[in-house]
Amino acid sequence: MQLPVINNTASEAPKGGCSAGSCGSTDDQMNHLPEHIRQKVFNHPCYSEEAHHYFARMHVAVAPACNIQCNYCNRKYDCANESRPGVVSELHHPVQAVKKVLAVAATIPQMTVLGIAGPGDPLANPERTFETFRMLSEQAPDIKLCVSTNGLSLPEQVEELSKYNIDHVTITINCVDPDVGAQIYPWIFWKNKRIKGREAAEILIAQQQKGLEMLVAKGILVKVNSVMIPGVNDKHLEEVSKIVKAKGAFLHNVMPLISEAEHGTFYGLTGQRGPTNEELQALQDACEGDMNMMRHCRQCRADAVGLLGEDRGSEFTMDKVEQMEINYPEAMKMRAEVHAAINEELESKRLAKESKVQLVSIQGVQKKEVTRPVLMAVATKGGGVINEHFGHAGEFLIYEASSDGVRFIGHRKTTPYCEGDISCGDGESVLDKTLKVLAGCEAVLCSKVGYEPWGPLEAAGIQPNGEHAMEPIEDAVLKVYEEMRVAGKLEAKQDEQQKVA
Amino acid sequence: MALEIIELCTNCWACQPLCPSKAIYEAKPHFMIDPDKCNECSGDFEDSQCSSICPIEGAILNADGEPMNPPGSLTNIPLQKLAA
Repeated sequence: MQLPVINNTASEAPKGGCSAGSCGSTDDQMNHLPEHIRQKVFNHPCYSEEAHHYFARMHVAVAPACNIQCNYCNRKYDCANESRPGVVSELHHPVQAVKKVLAVAATIPQMTVLGIAGPGDPLANPERTFETFRMLSEQAPDIKLCVSTNGLSLPEQVEELSKYNIDHVTITINCVDPDVGAQIYPWIFWKNKRIKGREAAEILIAQQQKGLEMLVAKGILVKVNSVMIPGVNDKHLEEVSKIVKAKGAFLHNVMPLISEAEHGTFYGLTGQRGPTNEELQALQDACEGDMNMMRHCRQCRADAVGLLGEDRGSEFTMDKVEQMEINYPEAMKMRAEVHAAINEELESKRLAKESKVQLVSIQGVQKKEVTRPVLMAVATKGGGVINEHFGHAGEFLIYEASSDGVRFIGHRKTTPYCEGDISCGDGESVLDKTLKVLAGCEAVLCSKVGYEPWGPLEAAGIQPNGEHAMEPIEDAVLKVYEEMRVAGKLEAKQDEQQKVA
Repeated sequence: MALEIIELCTNCWACQPLCPSKAIYEAKPHFMIDPDKCNECSGDFEDSQCSSICPIEGAILNADGEPMNPPGSLTNIPLQKLAA
């Protein structure tokens, strides 16, 4: 039996770039975008779930200053071991940053997007940020530029932003209620004064909303990021989602709070916890009815380089970049070829999917039987296919298969089961961690699964599966789901087990 | 009468462009305030600008050597947690 891919059964045939049924961002929402917007997002890994399997991004850390304080942030940013927003290893002057971008773009041709995201607020560093954008728009016109901001000084910068062809802006909006905001932001710097408490939150919220409206009016694509803080704004974020959608935001990205005590943040030190995977997914699902949700965010560092799941920043430290001879006009030709090849691949996948959907709509409808949804974990290193060993996976993508089709749920990080000698010695506990991370999943699809983890995975109710190596993720998930159906494993009886997990 | 930046500074650049007297300059290992130029913003702003945007508690001292932003004043982190 062929199962339809969610939302693709709509009468309108999918067209345009992003269509692999897995968009963060479900298919339907992407397919109903006007063509000019689809053109802006189809190769942007942060805006299109499909694109993030193929295209890479980088951030340059040119903007260290910030004009607000958030309770989930602290201002030391020189740790190479932490991977989270606001953390960088090297701060760059704009000229260095541009050098680094050209080096990365020439080495990793899949890199389509350059973002400035901190470690402070890019718009609190307007000279450094705009100097970088200006040089890049001249020297590397084939790179998309985007920026991420807390929004406080956004309204006064919208005009300047639109000059550099920046068509993607992310605003972090954690609340629209100043009483909630007062629990997230201890202070802002505003009109030459430090302002604290509720008043600070009130000003910040007003500026964020105004900035959002101004960007939308200019036709600039806006993504809204929100940090989910249980007990503080978790209930409130559904309202935030509705409001930002009504104002024209394109995508909403609800991210889990990161609050380890060793990060030294207010939340870390006062024991504020982050949400569980299940809580995060429930909130994303609740917002989804109103809004296009992003689920593939990796909360990357302010100097991250590479595909979203990876960070190749250490290959491009400034001393290494200084040694590289880059002929960018030559590199641009090679990049164009690589991009064309990827686009061709995406297009052929889209056509294949389209014909499959038509087939399903002819023969699939009458015998649609409702089966329970199943979560499956997938190990991939990109390309939209199952191509990573279980033991090498530093993260798993989570898909939900149901009688409605397959949808992407999110990703879960872990420590690779077999990463060199060090962690292999401690293999037991590393595997335990992965088993915990995969809680709720009933299968894990990898290019290969070793003998050792096989038993414990099965015992935990997670069926290891190495039979679909190099197959497109969604096709493989559907096949496994279909096998489960045929084997009678999709009856309601396993419901309980799912809930416990 | 001048403020002083001490080694707690993380070189975030936030203060430097705000100084009305151009007293703040990039230096190693951290930004410095030229005591001959700094007038603590008197005549320009109600509050001294560098210490109003500085995110690091204790990084800027007043003329008496006391922190402009004492521990806990910016982050609200309880002192016993900061010490731990």
